[in-house]
Amino acid sequence: MTLTTPSPVNFGAVPDESGRFGPYGGKYVPETLMPALDELEEAYLNARNDQEFMAELAHLQHTYVGRPTPLSYARRLSEELGGAQIYLKREDLAHSGAHKINNALGQALLMKRKMGKTRIVAETGAGQHGVATATAAALLGIGCIVYMGTVDMERQKPNVFRMQLLGTEVRSVDSGSQTLKDAINEAIRDWVTNVETTHYLLGSALGPHPYPAMVRDFQSIIGLECYTQMQDPAEGGPGRLPDAIVACVGGGSNAIGIFHPFLEEESVRLIGVEAGGHGIEDGAHAARFADPERGRLGVLQGTKSYVLQDSDGQIALTHSISAGLDYASVGPEHAWLRDVGRSEYTYCTDTQTLEGFKALCELEGIIPALESAHAIGHVLELAPQMGRDEVILVNLSGRGDKDLGTVMQTLGGGSQ
Amino acid sequence: MSGVERIEQLFGELKRSGSAAFMPYHAMGYPTRQQSLDVIAALAEAGADLFEIGIPHSDPLADGPTVQTATYAALVGGTTVADCLQMVRELRARGVEQPFCAMSYYNPVLAFGEERFAQAAADAGVDGLIVPDLPPGESELLEPACRAAGLATIYMLAPTSTEERIKSVARHATGFIYLVSVTGITGARDELPPGLQGFVERVRRHTDLPLAVGFGISTGPQAARVAEIAEGVIVGSALVKAAGSADWVSEVPTLARQLAEGSHRLAVD
Repeated sequence: MTLTTPSPVNFGAVPDESGRFGPYGGKYVPETLMPALDELEEAYLNARNDQEFMAELAHLQHTYVGRPTPLSYARRLSEELGGAQIYLKREDLAHSGAHKINNALGQALLMKRKMGKTRIVAETGAGQHGVATATAAALLGIGCIVYMGTVDMERQKPNVFRMQLLGTEVRSVDSGSQTLKDAINEAIRDWVTNVETTHYLLGSALGPHPYPAMVRDFQSIIGLECYTQMQDPAEGGPGRLPDAIVACVGGGSNAIGIFHPFLEEESVRLIGVEAGGHGIEDGAHAARFADPERGRLGVLQGTKSYVLQDSDGQIALTHSISAGLDYASVGPEHAWLRDVGRSEYTYCTDTQTLEGFKALCELEGIIPALESAHAIGHVLELAPQMGRDEVILVNLSGRGDKDLGTVMQTLGGGSQ
Repeated sequence: MSGVERIEQLFGELKRSGSAAFMPYHAMGYPTRQQSLDVIAALAEAGADLFEIGIPHSDPLADGPTVQTATYAALVGGTTVADCLQMVRELRARGVEQPFCAMSYYNPVLAFGEERFAQAAADAGVDGLIVPDLPPGESELLEPACRAAGLATIYMLAPTSTEERIKSVARHATGFIYLVSVTGITGARDELPPGLQGFVERVRRHTDLPLAVGFGISTGPQAARVAEIAEGVIVGSALVKAAGSADWVSEVPTLARQLAEGSHRLAVD
């Protein structure tokens, strides 16, 4: 594939050797973990250049995960909105229900084949990463412990039970806000304590180097598949590249995974959708880029990025209807791509998200995860502003079975 | 005299007397603002040689349950970074003369402004800075700021640290080096780890700086064993726990005296 125009920014040059994306990224961790990060980086670089490893991963992605995931044309949704034609990348159809398996399987296989470790710890918010990790651990015969905030355990109960069925021990986290951020703190504490035997299977494009780059690379399979599928009508595509790609952004792994192979295609707008919660003015949200007062340069859990915080540098409590986007920081590469003007970010409130959720259920027969419904919520606004000859590609990052409790509570469904 | 010089002077004096330094940690603002000042004053009287004063953070990822609970309570009680520095001023006014090393996670320092923080801390009477989530390599802004303000830049090493990391820390550290005795988080433990002596010796080959050992030390006899191999004994969780007890007025000085005697035992012999 040839580039449409030469790009002024060298997207392939990040991160640099110290793990920086411009001013973002880095390795802000206790000294105990530094050797583990070096070891992980070495193992990962080794695996990436190892054809046998990459072939085994590709084989599992195909025969176990079910990749490539389909590209679906959302005909009725497109007609209803009357603007751009909408295509959905169906990560909800990947085994275990979300894009999270791409990274979980990649890291678990990396640990099994390239590192002398025997135990995995992971954090989870919505439970999708926890389920994906538990799945990969069961497949490869690795012991697994998942930390999850007690608030999230309550709102994502089905996923807690799924992880337990898969043989994973789910440990509840009572500290702080009892959500994703606190689960990460606890997973890191476990990792620091057991670093010699344990790999931390971080679930998003976050944390200290090399995680943001490694997770991005494992998730880039989404965008790579789209690149081919969009141009091939036999694969369900419109026969050309999209004009815009829309993805929800918590830590931002599904977004960076679909964006990355398109970075040098300047005609493709890349739009990340953050969790607007109850609205920016209300303060109860997780829109790091949208809140000029509290969203500032900061360091949280190993990486420098935009962080929602108070004036004293204490991390703000966040809110989102979706547990998976309920996080105070964002992947460092997103912060950099925004700075250099390559990607743009907007947000969707809980209410708009539920509209997106309902629209996809009723018009397309797809129940999306509440995280992914943020992307749909924004498309409801964006598509009508675009021409009928234009194309939007949406990363439908996960399925919504896990969210039925939350949605029923909010919409009052199931009671009639 | 700069903060670095004050710390150097302390370790010099202790070396001449054959003692190790007793270095208690306390969380500023815990259990209340006033009581945290009283606890530190009591520790000063009971034989503390240098203080680590904890500035609370919402996400203390290197701390175990005891310090997490204490710093969280301090935050809920309204403790701010600026007020921590004000408390240092008040302690100096009360006659507490031991060196103070502020321990803060990186984000509060970043939010305050690195240069501004280093200067404000030095002005308040702080002598050194420990930032557990800021290893050398990420401290290219904070280190010159500390140097300009005369603050010691204290880095940590862990049993997992490679020779290369040890050398890097030895190049960047001033004042002393903080050796984390175990892989893990802060918290009292019953036994000293078996590999500790070897770890101390491994670091010693690369530096002349004093070495202080922390994480897991909670009794006088443990302090005495550490004092045989290192220049400083850091005690956190055990004292924080005592400071939070109903009978802290007697528990803190009692435990502190045992720990001080243990640390100073070479002088007693």
